Amino acid sequence: MSNLTSLTLKAALTGLADKSFSSVELTQAHIEAVAAAKPLNAYVLETPDKALDMAAASDARRAKGQAGALDGAPLGIKDLFCTEGVRTTACSNILGNFVPTYESTITANLWRDGAVMLGKLNLDEFAMGSSNETSAFGPVVNPWRAQGSDAKLTPGGSSGGSATAVAADLCLGATATDTGGSIRQPAAFTGTVGIKPTYGRCSRWGVVAFASSLDQAGPIAKTVEDAAILLKSMSGHDAKDSTSLDIAVPDFPAFVGKSVKGLRIGIPKEYRVDGMPAEIEQLWEKGIAWLKDAGCEIVEVSLPHTKYALPAYYIVAPAEASSNLARYDGMRYGLRVEGANLTETYENTRAAGFGTEVKRRIMIGTYVLSAGYYDAYYVKALKVRRRIADDFDQAFQKVDALLTPTAPSAAFALGENADDPVAMYLNDIFTVTVNLAGLPGMSIPAGVDHKGLPLGLQLIGKALDEGTLFSLGGAIEKAADFRAKPSRWW
Amino acid sequence: MTDTSKQIEGRTGPWEIVLGLEIHAQVASKAKLFSGAAVGFGAGPNEQVSLVDAAMPGMLPVINRFCVEQAVKTGLGLKAQINLRSSFDRKNYFYPDLPQGYQISQFKDPVVGEGEVIVEHDDGSTFTVRIERLHLEQDAGKSLHDQDPNATYVDLNRAGTALMEIVSKPDMRSSAEAAAYVKKVRTILVYLGTCDGDMEKGNLRADVNVSVCRPGAYEKFRETGDFSHLGTRCEIKNVNSYRYIQQAIEYEARRQIEILEDGGSITQETRLFDPTKLETRSMRSKEEAHDYRYFPDPDLLPLILDPAWVKRIEESLPELPDAKKARLQTQYGLSAYDAGVLITEQARADFFEEAAKGRDAKLTSNWVTNELAARLTAAGQDIGDSPLKPADIAEMVQLIEEDVISSKIAKDVFDRMWAGEGGARAIVEKQGLQQVSDTGALEAMIDKLIAANPGQAAAVKEKPQAIGWFVGQLMKETGGKANPGTVNQLLKAKLGID
Repeated sequence: MSNLTSLTLKAALTGLADKSFSSVELTQAHIEAVAAAKPLNAYVLETPDKALDMAAASDARRAKGQAGALDGAPLGIKDLFCTEGVRTTACSNILGNFVPTYESTITANLWRDGAVMLGKLNLDEFAMGSSNETSAFGPVVNPWRAQGSDAKLTPGGSSGGSATAVAADLCLGATATDTGGSIRQPAAFTGTVGIKPTYGRCSRWGVVAFASSLDQAGPIAKTVEDAAILLKSMSGHDAKDSTSLDIAVPDFPAFVGKSVKGLRIGIPKEYRVDGMPAEIEQLWEKGIAWLKDAGCEIVEVSLPHTKYALPAYYIVAPAEASSNLARYDGMRYGLRVEGANLTETYENTRAAGFGTEVKRRIMIGTYVLSAGYYDAYYVKALKVRRRIADDFDQAFQKVDALLTPTAPSAAFALGENADDPVAMYLNDIFTVTVNLAGLPGMSIPAGVDHKGLPLGLQLIGKALDEGTLFSLGGAIEKAADFRAKPSRWW
Repeated sequence: MTDTSKQIEGRTGPWEIVLGLEIHAQVASKAKLFSGAAVGFGAGPNEQVSLVDAAMPGMLPVINRFCVEQAVKTGLGLKAQINLRSSFDRKNYFYPDLPQGYQISQFKDPVVGEGEVIVEHDDGSTFTVRIERLHLEQDAGKSLHDQDPNATYVDLNRAGTALMEIVSKPDMRSSAEAAAYVKKVRTILVYLGTCDGDMEKGNLRADVNVSVCRPGAYEKFRETGDFSHLGTRCEIKNVNSYRYIQQAIEYEARRQIEILEDGGSITQETRLFDPTKLETRSMRSKEEAHDYRYFPDPDLLPLILDPAWVKRIEESLPELPDAKKARLQTQYGLSAYDAGVLITEQARADFFEEAAKGRDAKLTSNWVTNELAARLTAAGQDIGDSPLKPADIAEMVQLIEEDVISSKIAKDVFDRMWAGEGGARAIVEKQGLQQVSDTGALEAMIDKLIAANPGQAAAVKEKPQAIGWFVGQLMKETGGKANPGTVNQLLKAKLGID
C-alpha cells in the first residue's frame, strides 16, 4: 500500500485493528518516507531497526489480542525527550553524543500503549527559538512553500521537527514541548494540530528542562482527534515529577465531535495587536463565525495585562534556563573542552557547547537573578505573571474558552528574523500568556493566507479543561474543512 | 551589667567577643533529600549516586517526606516555631562536586523559625541561645584533591544528602559558650534521633561567626537589635570539633583585636581554620563572595505541612535533655551537676535509671558516671555496648547498701566484674570479701592487738588520732574486710576514748 503514510493516526489504528495492514508494513512505509525526506531535516536521528523491532513486537501483541491504545503506530519523538539507549541531544553540541540510560515518562507511556519510535526530531537548541534555526543540526525546512516560490520557510519552533514530520507524513504523530508556544506556533505554521495541556498534566521527568515552571509536553498531530488520542496516552500522574498533577486522565477522544452548543467563547480584545496582518484578523473573524454557527455564544473579554506577558516571559524563562543549564558543565557527560584550570574548562566547554541564542538567554537569566536586579526584574515578572493568571481567572468567570489567532503571521523565510531576536520573540505574543498561567492551549489549522500558507487559530481553556478544547477544536476543524497539503517537493 | 569575666584585655582596653553559629547537621535518614538514593558511610566512591544526584538531563527532585519529619522534629526539640508553609530555593554556583550547578536550599522561607536552646556552663549554671531558623538543604559531593597531582576526583555519594542548617542569633560570648552550645544542640539532636552527631565524619559541623566589640556595645545591640553596635564579623567555615571551635574563635578574636588596636578595620570575609597551625586564614572576601542568584526552585512546590501531622510528631517526641535533667533531680534527688552528667547521653541516663531501681540513687549515679564511664572511655566503648549491665551495677550497689562490702572493697569487686569474673555477689562470696562485722571475732582480735602493743595503746589515750594505727592493723589482718564503723566503735570502747 503506497499511501499508508497519509493516513491519520485514527485511520491507521483502525486499519491495524482490521488487519488491513500490519504495523511492520505501516512502519516500513514511514521509514521510507523519512529516508526520502532528508532535505526537510526533520529527523536528527532515525531509528529504523528499532522501529521495525517495535513494529514486529506490536504485530505479535495484536495477534494475541493484547493491543494497546496506540499499538503499532509509528511516532516521531522530539529530541528533548530522553530515550533509553538512543542518543538524546536537545539539538545542542553540549550534549554531544549523550545516550540516556533512562526513558522519559511520556515516551515510556507511549511505548506502554504500543507505539513505535521512528527516531528523534529536530528542535531549536534546548527548545529556545521560534524558527528551529538555533538547532545544532541546522534548521528544519517547512514542507509548505509560498505559491510560486522555492524559498525555504521556517516550520516555526521550537518543535519544528515535530510539526514538519507530521505535516510531511513522516510519522503519524509526534511528541513536542511548549514553553512559550513551541507546540502551537509550529502547528500553525505547518497546518497541523498541536495542544499544550494544563501545566502538570504531562510529566516533565526525563524531558530536558528549559524553563521548569513553563515547560509542558503535548502532541502535534494531523487531526484534533489524533491529538486527543496521543494526549490521553502521554498524560498521567508521575510521582517522579513534583509538579505533576495527581488527577485522573479524561477520555480526551470522547470529547471530539461533542456538541459545543451553548458554550460561551471569549474574544480577548487585547489580542488585536497593532500591525497584525488583515488575513489573520479575517481568519479570526471566520473562526468566530464558525463557532457561532455551531451554537456558541461569543463574548468580548478583557485580559488587560496581556501587553506585559512577553517581557515577563522573557525574564522568567531565561532566569530558570540559566539555572537549569548550569548542569552542562563538561564534568560528567556531554562535551568537554579542556582548559588550563577548572574555570577555563568551564568557559571553554560552555562557549563551544552552547549556541548564540542559548548563550543570550543564559546571560539574560543570570542578569535578572543577580543581586541588585532580582527585585526589579525577576520579582516584578512574577507579579506580572500572577496578574496574567488573574486576568484569565476573571475571563473564565464569564466564558468557557477563549479564541485567538495562534501566531501573528504565517511561516516566514528561514533567516528572515535571524538577526533580530526581538522580532523573533514577537512570534510568541499570543501563546506565552497561556504558559505563564499554566492553562491548556490548542492550535487548529483554519485556513491559508494569500500565499497559500497555513494559518492557525488558538483555543485557550480553563485549567484541566482540555476536554472542552477538543470539542471546540473538533468544531473548528469541521467548519474550516482544512484539506490543503504541502506539495511533495523534497 | 557587663560580665568582666568574658573580657579580653587588649593594649587599648578590654574587648568582648560576640559569636553566632550555623550548625550543619546531616539528617539521620536512609535516603537523600530529593533523590531516593541511599545514604551510608563506607560505600565505595560514587556508589550511592542516583540519576538525580548526578544531575542527568531531565531529572527532577522529589522531597523526601521523612527528612521533612526529621527537620520538624528537630524544630520542636529546639522549641521553635514550625512554619506550615515553607519553600525551596536554588543557590547557584559552579563547582564539580555540585552536579546541578545549584544547591537546593531554603533561603526565603525556612521550615523552622525562631526557637531557643538552654545551655549549661561547666559549673552547671545556664544561659540561653536564641535560634534564628532551621532550614533543609542538600549537601554537596566531595572533591578529592590529593589522589593525583594533576586532577581532582569527585565523589558524589554525599551529594544530595539532607542537611539541617541551624542558625543561632549572636548570643554566645566566649569560645567555651560556643562549644557548650554545639554540645547541647548535638545532645538534643541525638536524643531526637534526627542526626547521629558524629562530628568526626563531618555529620555535624559548624560555621562560626566571630566579631569583637567594646564592653557595653553588645548590650546596646540586644536592646535595639541594631547590628551596627557590633563589630564586623568573619565567618570561619566548617569547623568539626569542640576543640577546633574554641581554638578557632580564640585565634580569630585575637587577630581582630590586634587589627583594630593597630588602627585597622575588619574586612567581612569567609575564613578557614587550620588545626595544625592553629590559625584562621582568608578564604574569600565579601567582594569575592559569590552572587548565588537565589530564586524559588520551579521543580518543587511549596512545602505545606498539615498541622495535625506536626501535632502527631510533637506528641511522639522523646523526653528531651532539659526535661530529663529536671526529672532526675526531683525523682532521684540528684544534684544538678550529677543529673547534668547523666543526661549528656540518653543511653547513660537510661542505664542509670535501670540500675537505680530500688537502689541508692546518688551511689548508683556515682558508679555510672565515674568508675563505669572511665572504664568505657578507656576501652573506647559506648555505654550501649557496656559489658556490665545496669543489673550488675545494681547488684554491687546493693552489697554496699547492705554493708556486705565497703566502697573500697567495691572497687576491687568492680575490677573483677569488669574482668568478667561474674556478678558482684558471686565474686564477694568466692573471694571472701564480705566485711567482718562480727563483733566477737573483732573484739578478740582487738584484745590481742592491745595486749601485744601496750605502748601504742597508751599513746592513743594521750593522742586519740593515733587510733588510726590500730584501725590499719585490723584492716591488714582482715584483708580490708573489717567493717570500718564497727572497728572504730569497738576500738574506742576498748581503748577508753570517745
